Formats: sequence, C-alpha cells, structure tokens
Amino acid sequence: MSDLDRFIDTFLNGAVLARYAPDILRGVWVTVELSVLIVIAGTALGTLLACIRAYRIAPVSFLIVVYADVFRALPPLVLILLAYFGLPNVGVSLSSFAVLFAILCLTLGAFAEEIVWAGITATDRGQWEAARPTGLGFTQTLVHVVLPQAVRMVIPPLTNRAIAITKMTALGTVIGVPDILNQATTAQSFSGNASPLTLAAVAYVVLFLPFVILSRWLESRFAWRKI
Amino acid sequence: MDQLIQQFFNWDIMMRAWPMLLRGLGMTLLICAAVIPLGLLGGLLAALASTSARPWLRWPGMALVDLFRALPPLVLLIFVYAGLPFAGIRLSPFAAVTVAFFLNNSAYYGEIFRAGLISVGQGQTDAARSTGLTARQTLIHVVLPQATRNVLPDLISNTVEVVKLTSIASVVSMGELLHAADLARSVTYNASPLTMAAGIYLLMLWPVVRLLSRYQRQIAV
Amino acid sequence: MSKTIMSPAATSPTAAQAGAAPAVARPTLELIGLRKSFGAIEVLRDVSLRVARSEMVFVLGRSGSGKSTMLRCCNRLEEPDAGEILLEGERITGRGVNLDRVRRRIGMVFQNFNLYPHLDARRNVTLALRKVLGQSREEADARAAEALARVGLADRADSYPAQLSGGQQQRVAIARAIALEPAVMLFDEPTSALDPELVGDVLAVMRELKQDGMTMLVVSHEMAFAREAADRVVFMAEGRIVEEGPPEQIFTSPRHESTRAFLSRYSFGQ
Ligand SMILES: Nc1ncnc2c1ncn2[C@@H]1O[C@H](COP(=O)(O)OP(=O)(O)OP(=O)(O)O)[C@@H](O)[C@H]1O
Ligand SMILES: [Mg+2]
Repeated sequence: MSDLDRFIDTFLNGAVLARYAPDILRGVWVTVELSVLIVIAGTALGTLLACIRAYRIAPVSFLIVVYADVFRALPPLVLILLAYFGLPNVGVSLSSFAVLFAILCLTLGAFAEEIVWAGITATDRGQWEAARPTGLGFTQTLVHVVLPQAVRMVIPPLTNRAIAITKMTALGTVIGVPDILNQATTAQSFSGNASPLTLAAVAYVVLFLPFVILSRWLESRFAWRKI
Repeated sequence: MDQLIQQFFNWDIMMRAWPMLLRGLGMTLLICAAVIPLGLLGGLLAALASTSARPWLRWPGMALVDLFRALPPLVLLIFVYAGLPFAGIRLSPFAAVTVAFFLNNSAYYGEIFRAGLISVGQGQTDAARSTGLTARQTLIHVVLPQATRNVLPDLISNTVEVVKLTSIASVVSMGELLHAADLARSVTYNASPLTMAAGIYLLMLWPVVRLLSRYQRQIAV
Repeated sequence: MSKTIMSPAATSPTAAQAGAAPAVARPTLELIGLRKSFGAIEVLRDVSLRVARSEMVFVLGRSGSGKSTMLRCCNRLEEPDAGEILLEGERITGRGVNLDRVRRRIGMVFQNFNLYPHLDARRNVTLALRKVLGQSREEADARAAEALARVGLADRADSYPAQLSGGQQQRVAIARAIALEPAVMLFDEPTSALDPELVGDVLAVMRELKQDGMTMLVVSHEMAFAREAADRVVFMAEGRIVEEGPPEQIFTSPRHESTRAFLSRYSFGQ
C-alpha cells in the first residue's frame, strides 16, 4: 500500500465516512441550531443592555459593566463546567444543551454589549442634540436615530465576534452535547479510524467559511469607521 | 443559600485544591509563553503573505487564514492530538496544544497584523525606499512599528482570547489551570475548585479587559 | 560647458552660469524615451529629459498629465515600461541594477511629507544614514544636526512630526533627503499641502539648496518661484513634454496651445 493510499485509508476512508456520515449530519443540525439561537439571543441581549446603559442610571450601568467584564474575562469552558457540574447540586438541573446555550449566549451578550455601546458612544453627539429639539424623546432618539447609525459601525466587529463564539459550540462536546465534534470523536473511537474527524473538520469549514468570508467583506466595506 | 455557598465557595475545599491549582496555573502560563510568541510570529508571516503583491503568496496566505478562522480551535486540537496518531504522528499533549494553537492564533493575529499593515500608507514605504532602505529594512524600521501601534488594542484583546483559550487544553489532559480545577472538582464532588479557577482567570484578565474598554472609549469620544 | 549639453537647457543662460561646480560632460539625470501605462491608461508617452548638474528644472502640467509618475520613475518607485534613465551617465533602468544603492543618490520630497510619525525629526533623518550608509550613531547624529540646521530646524531635532507645522515637516523631509548627499533631488509638489503662510519657508530652503549647487527636478505650481529660481521650465500634457525653455519664455510667450491654456488659468490669481 502506498503512502497516499494509507493516508486516504486513514483520513478519508469511504466505508467509515459512509457509515458515520448520518451521525455527523445529526451533529451538524445540533451545531446549527445552537449557533442560530446563540447569535440571535446573544446579540439581542447585548443590544438591549447597551440601550439600557444609554440611560446612564449609575447603579444599573455599573451592573451591566460588571457583567460584561466578567463574561469577557472568563474562558467559556470554565463557566460551562461550573454550570454543568455545579448547578445540579444546588437543585438547578439543566441539560447540557441548555448550559451550553446559556453560557455562550451570555458570553456573546457581554461582547455585543461592549461593541454596541462603543457604537452608541461613537455616534456623533450632534446627532443626539439635533434630534431632541424635533420633539423626539430620549428613547425615540435612541431607537430611531442613534441605533441605526451605531448598527452600521458595529456590524463588522460583531460578525467577527459572533463567528468566534458560535465556533465555541464545539466546547459542548466536553459536557456531552451531541454536536459535530462529539459525534465525530465518538465515531472515531468506535471505528478506530480518523476519517470522522476529517469529516467533522470539513463540516465546520463548510458551515463557517462563508461567514468568515462575509466578515472579511464587511470589514473592507465598512472600513471607513472602525471601532 | 447555604447550599450555594457550600457548593461554589467552600473554603476548606478551596484551600485543599490550592496547590493543585497553582501547578495548573504554572502550566497555563507555560502554554501562554509558548503559544503567544509563536502565534504573533505566525500571524506576522500570514499577514505579510496575505498583503503581498505576489499572487502566489497572497492567495494561499488568505486561504489558510480563512480556513483556520473557520475551524473551531477545539476541533483543531482534537484533530492534531487524536487524529494525527493514526498517521503515525504521535504528539505529546503539549506539542499538540502548541501546534493547534499556532495554527489558530496565526490566523487571528494574522488578520490583525494585516489590518495594521494596510493602515500604514504607501507614502511611508515610498519615502523609506526613496532613501535607499531595502524592503526588509522598510518593513522592520518604518512599517511594522506603525502597524503594530495602530492595532495594539486588537493585538492585546486577541491575546486575552488566547489566554482564555488555553483552557481547552484541559480536554487533552494538559494539566493546566482548568484541568487541575476539574480534577479537584471530580475528587471532591464540589464545584468550588472551578470557582477558584474562574477567580484566577478573572484576576489575570479583568484588568486587561477593563483597560481595553477604557481605551476604546477614548478613541470613540 | 553649454556645448556639451544637448538639451534646450543649453539655451538657458542661467543653466550655464548655475554651476559653481565644475563642468561635467554628462547630465546628472537623463530620461530617454520613458513610457509607462497603468492598465489601459498610457500615462507617459515617450518622455525624454535632461537635467544638467546644478540645474533646477521645473515641471508644469495639468493634473493627471503624468508629472508625479515621471518623477516616481526616476528613482523607480514606479517601474517604467520602456525607456532608459541615466544617473550621472550610469544606466539605472533594466535588470541587474542595485536599486537601493541608486535610490540613496536620488533624494525625493513628497507632497504629503511622508515623515515617519513614530520617529522624531533627528531619527527621521538618521534612519537611512545608519541603515543604508552604515554610519555610527555619532556620525549620523552629527550629519542630521547639520542637515536640520540647513533647513533652519536645528532646534527641533527632538520634535515628532505631529508636533511640527506642515512647513516644518516638509523641511525635515528635505533634511532627510539631503543628509544622504544625493546627486539629484526630486520634489513632487512640495508646497501644495501647505497653508499659504508656510510655503515661503520651504521655498527659501529650496532656493538655498539651489545656491549650494544642488541639482533639482521640481513639480510645482509655484509660478513666481519658478520664474525667479528655475533654470528651465518643462510643460507636460497627456504624458508628453510638449514644451520646454527658460522660464521667461514659457511664461511670457508659450508656444504650445495647452501651455497657454494652462498658464492663462493659473496667472489669473496672481
Ligand atoms: N498607481 C496608479 N495606478 C493607476 N493609475 C495611476 C497610478 N498612478 C497614477 N495613475 C494615473 O496616471 C495618471 C497620471 O498621474 P500622475 O499622478 O502622474 O499625474 P500628475 O500630473 O502628477 O497629477 P497631479 O497634478 O494631480 O498630481 C492619472 O490619470 C492617474 O490616475
Ligand atoms: Mg502628482
């Protein structure tokens, strides 16, 4: 057997791939589902908190900042283990799926809050001042004047961050979420062959590469205003 | 409430786990000392390739960067650690972590350096070359110092991410901070060692995170 | 001397007098049949020009006529598609030329100064002295002090570009170039990014350089200065040199249609 044959047999074994492709496909579904949920919930949470912070109510802002700092400074895996193994002992039992979703959503929320807040503060002060005398209230100014401008600025960094954090769904493997990576490592140990890992890697690239390319495009498009 | 404190903030257990966690912290720092410089170097090379005027350098450079930005680091790590042995390449956990992080970090630092290089105008290069500086001298003495300064906050913020990311080395039993804490958790049936690990990460990274926010605000205003 | 110079410069009385330096048989800088295209746009179409030693040649022309491109070809920041460039008789186009050695003999001053913002004025000047000429720190510092004194900024050596006015920055940029003792200096609109009140300082420095015998090729729209200081004026249109001659002749009786159109528009304001 030539080296190339051996390589193909080990990493791209047709029989193994065919046998485990359905499992990995189920994993793809789990990963996609989680990713979509995390992006939607995390971005919404971050935006909401940034808006609340715009009202500059000192104690509330303080709490938001503490939350954002903590979740930006802590490795998500630490939080995942902490929640997954700690909470049941205090009577809160969450599925591994729920833990993964909650932690990554909170993590993205923290980053999104910082990014959107930077966008809000970067929006020209003149915009606030121009809008208020026209009779718009604070909330209306925020929602109709400032946010739309902030959104343009925050989309590139937010996209980058969202990709980085949704990729962390792979961490769910550690607590048994049946995502792509989990299916692949299980299949790998059953089959004694590395092909499922190759398939997993390919699946991630197929899933995320379009977004990576999108983020590159967004960055060059919005290059006029960097946060 | 008592139960909560018992479960997450148990002082006795923390004290017992402390020596283990300290060793773990040492390993975390060791990993950082290896993967941060390597990642910066790889990132610089990736950035030079992907901003090169030569298409045969630029396209592969960009493709590699995008590929490794699309792959979750944990997938990369498991592939290197559990997949490569099938091809007869058996790496120690430390080597596997170093290789996987090198690939992942190079892509991320690479994108940052790329933005930095682009931010330095062509005029700087023109001026330097017109005085007879070679391309390499121009890069080292004129372009890189400015590029680095322009993207310093991004470089620092990515470094925070790298430090956090070292926690996934626990998956290949690397014995770093999180692994140590999780071992302590599994023998004590108590989450306090994990809380403690979280506290240590927080102590290390929170000041940096705060500083970065401050700095960004200054730019914005 | 004038006999050895074949270009119309020979007809310029000032050119013949200019050399306090000894007569040289060959021009300092010579462009022969330069061509350059960017994609489908032909920017330089057969440009030939000679600049004699210690001569100051002014280049005029409308925006987009190829002035900057011609200048940038001279030190090959832009690679000409065809044609030759001779520096003190030595061919510097084509393969096998050590560009870095050539470039240090051709000083260039840019419209936007292009000072290194992360280095103070002194180190802007010494960088090439140390890295290209391999001078010691002491040598380079001494040479920088001298060059900065020549542009009237002896006391600003420790200032960073951001702490200097535009005029001062441009003078540091000139110091950076002359410190290498180039055979010829290229100026690409050195004053057009400056506030009007700062233009004079830069022109004064250029005037002194000329008096010291520096060879200069200048793209600029400072007509009064051209009239006063230039030995010869060259007018470019659509990638060609359509007219050249002593400033008096060009300004008072331009022959070419486009020169006339250009000058009438410019002299309006003056
Ligand atoms: N790097 C480039 N790529 C493509 N086109 C270029 C490039 N540099 C110059 N050009 C084009 O070449 C033409 C001549 O440009 P050049 O800068 O030489 O003109 P110029 O006479 O210096 O004009 P200005 O007075 O505006 O400086 C212009 O049409 C310009 O758009
Ligand atoms: Mg020009």
